[in-house]
Amino acid sequence: MWYKKDLLGIKELSQKEILTILDVAKNFKEVAARPIKKVPTLRGKTVINLFFEPSTRTRISFEIAAKRLSADSLNFSSSSSSLVKGETIIDTALTLEAMAPDIVIVRHSKVGIPHKLASILKSSVVNAGDGAHEHPTQALLDAFTILEHKGKIEGLSVAIIGDISHSRVVRSNIHLLTKLGAKVRVAGPLTLIPPGFEKLGVKICKSIQSAVEGCDVIMALRIQKERQGRVFIPSLEEYYEMFALTPQTLKYAKEDAIVMHPGPINRGVEISSEIADSPRSVILDQVSAGVAVRMAILYLLANVKEKQDG
Amino acid sequence: MDKFILKNGLVIDPLEGIHDKADIYVENGKVIKIAERITKRGVKQIDLDGLVVAPGFIDIHVHLREPGYEYKEDIESGLKAAIAGGFTTICCMPNTKPVNDNPYITEYIISRANKLKLAKVYPIGAITVRQEGKILTPMAQLKRAGVIAFSDDGFSVENSDLLLRAFQYSNHFNTVIIQHPEDNYLSNGGVMNEGEVSARLGMRGIPNIAEDVIIARDIMLADYAGSRYHVAHLSTKKGLELVKEAKKSNIKVTCEVTPHHLLLTDRSIEEYNFSTCVKMKPPLRTEKDRKALIEGLKDGTVDVIASDHAPHHKDEKELPFEDAPFGIVGLETTVSVLLDRLVREGIISLERLIELLSTNPAKILSLPGGTLKEGSVADITVIDPQREHTIDPKKFYSKGRSTPFAGWRVKGKVVMTIIEGRIVYADL
Repeated sequence: MWYKKDLLGIKELSQKEILTILDVAKNFKEVAARPIKKVPTLRGKTVINLFFEPSTRTRISFEIAAKRLSADSLNFSSSSSSLVKGETIIDTALTLEAMAPDIVIVRHSKVGIPHKLASILKSSVVNAGDGAHEHPTQALLDAFTILEHKGKIEGLSVAIIGDISHSRVVRSNIHLLTKLGAKVRVAGPLTLIPPGFEKLGVKICKSIQSAVEGCDVIMALRIQKERQGRVFIPSLEEYYEMFALTPQTLKYAKEDAIVMHPGPINRGVEISSEIADSPRSVILDQVSAGVAVRMAILYLLANVKEKQDG
Repeated sequence: MDKFILKNGLVIDPLEGIHDKADIYVENGKVIKIAERITKRGVKQIDLDGLVVAPGFIDIHVHLREPGYEYKEDIESGLKAAIAGGFTTICCMPNTKPVNDNPYITEYIISRANKLKLAKVYPIGAITVRQEGKILTPMAQLKRAGVIAFSDDGFSVENSDLLLRAFQYSNHFNTVIIQHPEDNYLSNGGVMNEGEVSARLGMRGIPNIAEDVIIARDIMLADYAGSRYHVAHLSTKKGLELVKEAKKSNIKVTCEVTPHHLLLTDRSIEEYNFSTCVKMKPPLRTEKDRKALIEGLKDGTVDVIASDHAPHHKDEKELPFEDAPFGIVGLETTVSVLLDRLVREGIISLERLIELLSTNPAKILSLPGGTLKEGSVADITVIDPQREHTIDPKKFYSKGRSTPFAGWRVKGKVVMTIIEGRIVYADL
């Protein structure tokens, strides 16, 4: 049973809701293994991918998910302009809604846009990433992947390494993992960990060694190359030396620790090729999980139950 | 109507220590007499039984936007908003286009305002040419044209030497330097308070220290120059402590706070679902800061409440939170929300509120008004502390509509505004 019209963030989800999504995703996982990868579940439903920020993999993952459910899926890409001219985001969304879609998937470089649209649109809204705020489907697919490999989340130690300030992946993951009982540590240049971040319920580590020590799961975040040389990171070489996932730094983790990355990876920046290509890397499993999880979300949102009063 | 008697109101004038039910006789723009009972044959009487009669309120931090940004606000819409909000006098910030950095702009603003016969306007002149922080403005000429104080408004003067010169030069006129305290290197790119909430929401924060380091520096500079320094819209606990300490050392420092910093915190950004009506500078801070400001109201550290009325166009405020301009309107909400949330709730007395809105602003900027003393200018604000209403931006005179107080049910309202003996607004 699912009662929420929208999926805006992990913060608003209960543990039960998270588990519901992951359960449903498990059922959809096998669709990818069939010779005919399509189920009729969402026939006649329309899903719009409304992307105001360039993205290939997330958009394609949603598109495949919708198509495998037999929904009609279409893409609307637009560069977001911060200037007051022409159509606003709200205008765009209302225009699309006039065509009566059932679900609108939104990505925007600014925080809060999916929330704003959800309050205006009758369609369900899925947040596919808003600024550095949340990326709930990524966290769900990460959890799905961890469950596949570890069988549980409760009690695990998870280290997340990288540019914490600018990452929506880290925020959604922290909400999800802590709700399901994992312990989360973060590490990265201290210039890229915002003050107050420990209040999210995580431990902040000054070195990658202390972050990964005894960990079951290690997640690297993508380093935006343009951050180099500004106030945040003196150089990418120094970043690699201090925070990259390499055979040397991973020595401190548990032997069976898995390595994750939301992609696209920067080989030689946040992760070495030895690690990216090693058996402990589950990066491609994450991509597969993404389709199943997104199918589950589309399915649940298309079948929202009206909550009974009282 | 050049003479009338205000009957039976509760007259409160903190400066004169008046707090009595009394009649006020106004003639030729002046308060002629205050007494328990005044009767004069043939003079119109206005019954104010159950209402509070205060010296006219003064808002020393207002953006009128004209010249240059009339699509956001103009002098007429801004002054109509002022009188509807109970303000008989306002001081407007120099961040117009062109900047009020020369006497021609000052004269333009004053002459426009004078023709309108709404609220009285005393412009604040820029400290530096084009607010660029490079060259001092012709302060003497600006002063002669009618400027009441100097400030570079949203652009803190970064160069300490230049600011010191401004302080020294201001001593010629015994004029106050007003600073919006913000270290732009520390706040650069920030859109909200830096802390737990910004960490969670993934938005760049403006730390308290961006404000505190400038307040600390400016107090030292003002002390060194022996000048008068006024802190605009102070929002942090530490900033307030710095002002309190400076006052103890007899440094000539005063400060103002805004209604929104007194009543809201950075948690509002989530509660208002990322609405830009909670985006302003300085940003809404934490509960710890908010409580400190309330304490400052009580212990006297805070001198003034000012609205920082900063209207923007609807299209601008509908941008994503991170892109929208900073600023909200305040002229038409300030008195009501303060009566309801501070006075009615017993946090401060009505006298103290009047002191913060009238007595002290008049004193700090040497403005006429701020008292109902016999012989003084008849700038009067009448409030009904019992009048309940819902704040509705659609009814504002201001062109700006963005306010976090929209929809608030409040008790207390301005019901009459009198300027120099003219009733310019009445909603009895």
